[in-house]
Amino acid sequence: MASFGGTDPHRRAALAATALIAVVLLVLPLAAGWLGPAWVRTLAFAALYVMLALGLNIVVGFAGLLDLGYIAFYAVGAYTFALLASPHLTDNFPSIARTFPDGLHVPIWAAIPLGAAIAAAFGVLLGAPVLKLRGDYLAIVTLGFGEIIRIFLNNLNAPINLTNGPQGITLIDPVRIGPLRFDHGASVFGLALSSLQLYYYLFTALALLCILVCVRLQDSRLGRAWMAIREDEIAAKAMGINVRNVKLLAFGLGATFGGVSGSMFAAFQGFVSPESFSLMESVIVLSMIVLGGLGHIPGVILGAVMLSVFPELLRHTVGPMQTQLFGRILIDTEVLRMLLYGVALVLIMLYRPKGLWPAPQHGVAPRGVAQPPPMPPAAAA
Amino acid sequence: MGSWDTFVQQVFNGLVLGSLYALIALGYTMVYGIVNLINFAHGDVLMVGALTALSAVALAHGLAPGIPGWGLMLIGMLAAVPVCVLISLLMERVAYRPLRNAPRLAPLITAIGVSILLQTLAMIIWGRNHRTFPQLLSSDPIAIGPATVTVTKLLVVALSAIIMVALLLLVQRTRLGRAMRATAENPRVAALMGVNPNAVIAATFAIGAALAAVAGVMYASLYSVAHFYMGFIPGLKAFTAAVLGGIGNIPGAMLGGILLGLIEALGAGYIDQFSDGLFGSNYQDVFAFIVLCAVLILRPSGLLGERVADRA
Repeated sequence: MASFGGTDPHRRAALAATALIAVVLLVLPLAAGWLGPAWVRTLAFAALYVMLALGLNIVVGFAGLLDLGYIAFYAVGAYTFALLASPHLTDNFPSIARTFPDGLHVPIWAAIPLGAAIAAAFGVLLGAPVLKLRGDYLAIVTLGFGEIIRIFLNNLNAPINLTNGPQGITLIDPVRIGPLRFDHGASVFGLALSSLQLYYYLFTALALLCILVCVRLQDSRLGRAWMAIREDEIAAKAMGINVRNVKLLAFGLGATFGGVSGSMFAAFQGFVSPESFSLMESVIVLSMIVLGGLGHIPGVILGAVMLSVFPELLRHTVGPMQTQLFGRILIDTEVLRMLLYGVALVLIMLYRPKGLWPAPQHGVAPRGVAQPPPMPPAAAA
Repeated sequence: MGSWDTFVQQVFNGLVLGSLYALIALGYTMVYGIVNLINFAHGDVLMVGALTALSAVALAHGLAPGIPGWGLMLIGMLAAVPVCVLISLLMERVAYRPLRNAPRLAPLITAIGVSILLQTLAMIIWGRNHRTFPQLLSSDPIAIGPATVTVTKLLVVALSAIIMVALLLLVQRTRLGRAMRATAENPRVAALMGVNPNAVIAATFAIGAALAAVAGVMYASLYSVAHFYMGFIPGLKAFTAAVLGGIGNIPGAMLGGILLGLIEALGAGYIDQFSDGLFGSNYQDVFAFIVLCAVLILRPSGLLGERVADRA
């Protein structure tokens, strides 16, 4: 008998959940809009961070390669878009100004793939020399790379002005889809949407696409190869996995996600500077996936959303609370936020190292299947 | 000759920098040798030392304005060392010891968390702005051959040399040193031989922290500035130095530190000429990273380290 979603109750439940999530995602910015534009902005950034977290999850969660310089790919994506869609190049290079008399305004359907491709190239470039490194060393070297990229971005304003140094690149084009300019609001289906809400929908759509890609990757040969490398590299090699290529693909694909979110960030913010791409940002994205559940896509999304929304909550509650209790702000909310990040990282590693929503364990049967009796504990070694 | 003078000057600058890097690198290398952990927060211990000394010096000067500069410097160090040792012991006990048998990712992430914690606490206590570290020793230039130095720079080199010799003696000639070497080699068998590994590990962290405290005070004196983020870059460079010399190897850390200081000073001094003005000395920090990547890719065991086979 055909019925909606089939007769299988699990499938029906899954479809109902999906529908519910879809409705929530659609309505959320409208509800948040009532509370204030800051909240819609937070939601848009949450979607961006979800993409970043998913990208880093590929490198750290799936493939087990601790990358502390991940924000460099975000930076590359952002600066690529900035260079392609702002007056910077035409202002500083007369030859380019002659070739593009109307200014450089690469549309997003070309700029995003370009940003992703260049970020991927950087990812492979970063991954190639570090293939032999493990654990701690890999972390430090990738951190070093991240810092190198930031230093270069900060200093490439002489003798040729490529990145405009610490002042950054401004006047970046907003996203334009057809007649719709995202920096002005628009009326969609009779509903007046602000610019922030439009960006939210775009970013959420992109994030959903990223989630889809990650889910498919996870269950593919490549995804399983990554997890094999993560668990035991030598055994993986013995099973015929081309560890070098698989690792490079991990870096490259992770970097692609970073590049895409970076380009979107540049369009959203309208200006980029090296300050936004510090080590702290890398650490924040890392905390998102560690807190949420390393290697588990729903956990990563949870971590990203939590850690994007939480600082806003802090700002709105702790600030006024401090003023009421102490008469003034004792601890700036920015500082408090960083403090809590540090504490959260330590506490999570001590008490819940797999994260808040970890991947289900191998060898643990799903609910409803009879379990064998537990083995007696082995004698202590 | 102008260029010879520049060369000697840069060599001396490199020695000064290198002595600092060596002191900090020793902390990294000893901890890594004993618990196989990169103490990410070590650079921040340096920062805490510098800022504590700053407060102590300001307090002492306020209470007794007649104290001479070197006395204030001594007070600063005497204040910085116990605070750093305490913080390091606390770190080890609370954050690292429970994770001694955890998979490699966990202690590393915890270390990052501790580092952030230390930085934010410093931000809360001492503010976000760069604070000026007072010039405690005279800054009259002294000529040594073609190079110009100051008392502070001479102190850095001399004090570091003394401390390094003392550390070598400690590790080679004392019971604690023997216990440290034994625990680094094989903690279980060392325990069988009557060594208390927890105590030895704590002592290692404490010694490393004391060295970092002294290095922090001297770093702040050299650059006349102290702020909550000052530990990050020196920490990273000192780690590079430790890796360059062979991580886990104490003379290696000393050698690596001096070498890295020389590379950085000479590189920063000459890069302008070599690159025809394309790269200036503001790329100085990049040298350390390049050295790090080169060492890890070409000779991961470092200059004095032993070749260790790949383990999964």
